[in-house]
Amino acid sequence: MEWETVIGLEIHAQLSTNSKIFSGSSTAYGAEANTQANLVDLGMPGVLPVLNKKAVELAIRLGLAIDAEITQRSIFARKNYFYPDSPKGYQISQYELPIVGLGHMDIQLENGETKRIGITRAHLEEDAGKSLHEDFQGQTGIDLNRAGTPLLEIVSEPDMRNAKEAVAYMKKLHALVRYLGVGDGNMQEGSFRCDANVSVRRPGQPFGTRAEIKNLNSFKFIERAINHEVERQIDIIESGGTVVQETRLFDPDRDETRSMRSKEDANDYRYFPDPDLLPVVITPEDIEAVRATMPELPDAKKQRFMSEYALTDYDASLLTQSREVADYFEAVAQGCGDAKLAANWVNGEVSKTLADHDLDITAAPVSSVALVELLQRIQDDTVSNKIAREVFEAMWKGEGSADAVIDQKGLKQITDTSAIEAMIDEIIAKNPGQVAEYRSGKDKLFGFFVGQAMRASKGKANPNTLNDILKQKLEG
Amino acid sequence: MAISEDEVKKVARLARLAVPEERLAAYTQSLSNILNLVDQLSAVDTTGVEPMAHPLDMVQRLREDVVTETDHRAQYQAVAPEVEKGLYLVPKVIE
Repeated sequence: MEWETVIGLEIHAQLSTNSKIFSGSSTAYGAEANTQANLVDLGMPGVLPVLNKKAVELAIRLGLAIDAEITQRSIFARKNYFYPDSPKGYQISQYELPIVGLGHMDIQLENGETKRIGITRAHLEEDAGKSLHEDFQGQTGIDLNRAGTPLLEIVSEPDMRNAKEAVAYMKKLHALVRYLGVGDGNMQEGSFRCDANVSVRRPGQPFGTRAEIKNLNSFKFIERAINHEVERQIDIIESGGTVVQETRLFDPDRDETRSMRSKEDANDYRYFPDPDLLPVVITPEDIEAVRATMPELPDAKKQRFMSEYALTDYDASLLTQSREVADYFEAVAQGCGDAKLAANWVNGEVSKTLADHDLDITAAPVSSVALVELLQRIQDDTVSNKIAREVFEAMWKGEGSADAVIDQKGLKQITDTSAIEAMIDEIIAKNPGQVAEYRSGKDKLFGFFVGQAMRASKGKANPNTLNDILKQKLEG
Repeated sequence: MAISEDEVKKVARLARLAVPEERLAAYTQSLSNILNLVDQLSAVDTTGVEPMAHPLDMVQRLREDVVTETDHRAQYQAVAPEVEKGLYLVPKVIE
């Protein structure tokens, strides 16, 4: 019998602030242990948290982008639990009245259809520190630099029905967070991480019991973790058992999820409003001020690329996955005046070479200006598209501008018809057999002659001129 | 509303408070009294009254996003029970 998977995601996005959410300590990554943990972050008695204005603005920004209601009077709560990397014995979070209310985001499915995923809420909270369990003679080392770093926890509705949808949602939200400048989305550094709530049911039946898989910090892991969890739950039910509601950890080495230390009281957090923090009031004017600074959103940009530059859905989707790539493309398209050519290059050679070198577009050694110069040489027939790729490779290696490389390597296309004619005459003379066959109707041999001629010209013959002359001569 | 001795034990465990067995009955009685007082408050008709998140009728002031703190690790760690390589050491916890 058939099973249906139900997935909801809780995504923690670290916000791009300079200082912590409730203190003036730096949030810079990679500092020496505990050098960015002050009295507030250490949870010393008598200290008071003061909310960071930027964190509030960034939360509003994300809220507006997912079409959510911004709560005009939101409150902070204490989430009580004991763990050494949370020195106060509670985490300041939001429970009732989170800053961002019900919103939604559309994802594109593999079959090209669009699906709307509900976003229940997004709330501000502080991150915990880090525990290091190795090398301390049976003790645990605590680094509180990360404690108090602002997070936005974005909670989806249980609207996803398979691991691929979950990945599509997570990728889209990741791109959005980066577009908006809400966070850097750096998954290796833990700036963007995900917990997945997964359950299975018979279609049409009420939701099954869910398990929560913690701390998924890559798109690959989330897909694998969900698929394994679904299999595990189906196995349990089909062999007559029942799924237990619990927290599980994904182990990428073994490709399985396993139960975390049994925590019978884990979900008894005894939330209550934090008396140290007053209600946060956000006026309609505050919201409009944030709205005025919003960049063009990915979906709108994609639509504009399709209408303004006549790009396909596919090209426009690829180009708008990050704001930096979109900006690069627009600079190239406007510089060379041919959007299709620009899209082919940015989605082709540029993105392929970036992937080969594991680089981001912002680190590409060939700037948009330099690429425009190369594309102009294609447009004015100085080089063919094929030779241009060779030039591009040399430019990437730092061998100079397009013109310099074409000059140095003598790659200028041969457009001189007499030179091409002489070359073709020679080929025809050398291959009497093939010529005879071609003339007796074996049209496919045309490709053979094109190949020979291209080789003779080292790829530099203008392909259109070459084709024309070759046809003439062979018909001869 | 009365609270049971088991509930008192559970709340004490969650709060990491040691409650000696001989004091359990007294604590249970005291906490039940507090809850009874809350019950009396709850009996008041509050229709149309906006719930209050904080006793002060003020709103939160916000700080500008500026780093104002400098590193005082040496002073903070001087009063810590045990430190190593800049880390605070605690009894082993393993998830």
